[in-house]
Amino acid sequence: MHELSLVTSIVETVTESLDAYQKARVLAVRLRVGALASVVPDSLEFCWGIVCEGTPLEGSRLIIDLLPVVVHCERCGKDAELEGVQSFRCPRCGEPCGELRQGRELEIDSIEIDEEERTA
Amino acid sequence: MTRIVELRRGILKKNDELAAALRLSYAEAGVLVVNLVSSPGTGKTAFLERTLTELRARGSRVAALVGDLETDNDARRLASSGAPVRQINTHGICHLDAEMIGKHIDGWPEVTLRGLDYLFIENVGNLVCPSSYDLGERIRVVLLSVTEGEDKPLKYPTMFNSADAAVITKMDISEPCGFDRELALHNINEIRPGIRIFETSAKTGAGMEEWLAYLAEIRKDRR
Repeated sequence: MHELSLVTSIVETVTESLDAYQKARVLAVRLRVGALASVVPDSLEFCWGIVCEGTPLEGSRLIIDLLPVVVHCERCGKDAELEGVQSFRCPRCGEPCGELRQGRELEIDSIEIDEEERTA
Repeated sequence: MTRIVELRRGILKKNDELAAALRLSYAEAGVLVVNLVSSPGTGKTAFLERTLTELRARGSRVAALVGDLETDNDARRLASSGAPVRQINTHGICHLDAEMIGKHIDGWPEVTLRGLDYLFIENVGNLVCPSSYDLGERIRVVLLSVTEGEDKPLKYPTMFNSADAAVITKMDISEPCGFDRELALHNINEIRPGIRIFETSAKTGAGMEEWLAYLAEIRKDRR
């Protein structure tokens, strides 16, 4: 996708959230990215340093948690994790599964901040 | 002192919020909004042109928004159906987003949502990025032509998996193209089990009846 605009949006959102923590520096940002989010982690990381420059996120790490697709199998009555995105069938019984429980996530999970500068 | 702060915010939150507001306004106006997505060259415009013309002939009030990087060629083509059509030029952006849709609906002199039964949005030809941008539509329809190869759904699972219906276009030339219909249907179903599939030709009108009946059915079933 257009990873640069995503990274810009992440940096904006994180910067806004820092309003509550004056002069905080961001050490790390953790994302949750589903297997169906159409996002390339390498491209996010490639843009990261450039976009963070001159912001409170400068020098921060980007941590990406990749989430596999989880479907709900009607036949088994259970959720099941898929290994890839080439076949949406229950890995236990082979039933086609139309119901997704996980895999489209594209969100900022959390940030790690350093508040020391505030008191210094 | 370091600490972890939970944010749990969608990266596309701004778009998602705008889309939610649009969805509400479509529902209040009683208009069925359909987002058409495909690669460039699948035949979205020809399919939409036929859809608009046939719906108008049945007395439905229809309009279309059409997205392209540049030119208003598609809007001019679609206008021959007699329906109000508005072009959105994204100038390099590879998808439509909720903000563009909202702006173009607001500043559209000849159209109000309340005056419509159906509003079609022809997205920018791209099977990747439009899948992430909610436009507030009620249904997302992915199109695949017989010239593209039966494995498109496997190559672009995100788009096919997020669609509510699939339309195969250009069925009139499926034979000379060596199109393997069974394989295409199988692949679509592997990625999106149980999805409604329409096999159509904008040229001959094949499959259009089923497609229009499906739209009418969805429109009646107000959620």
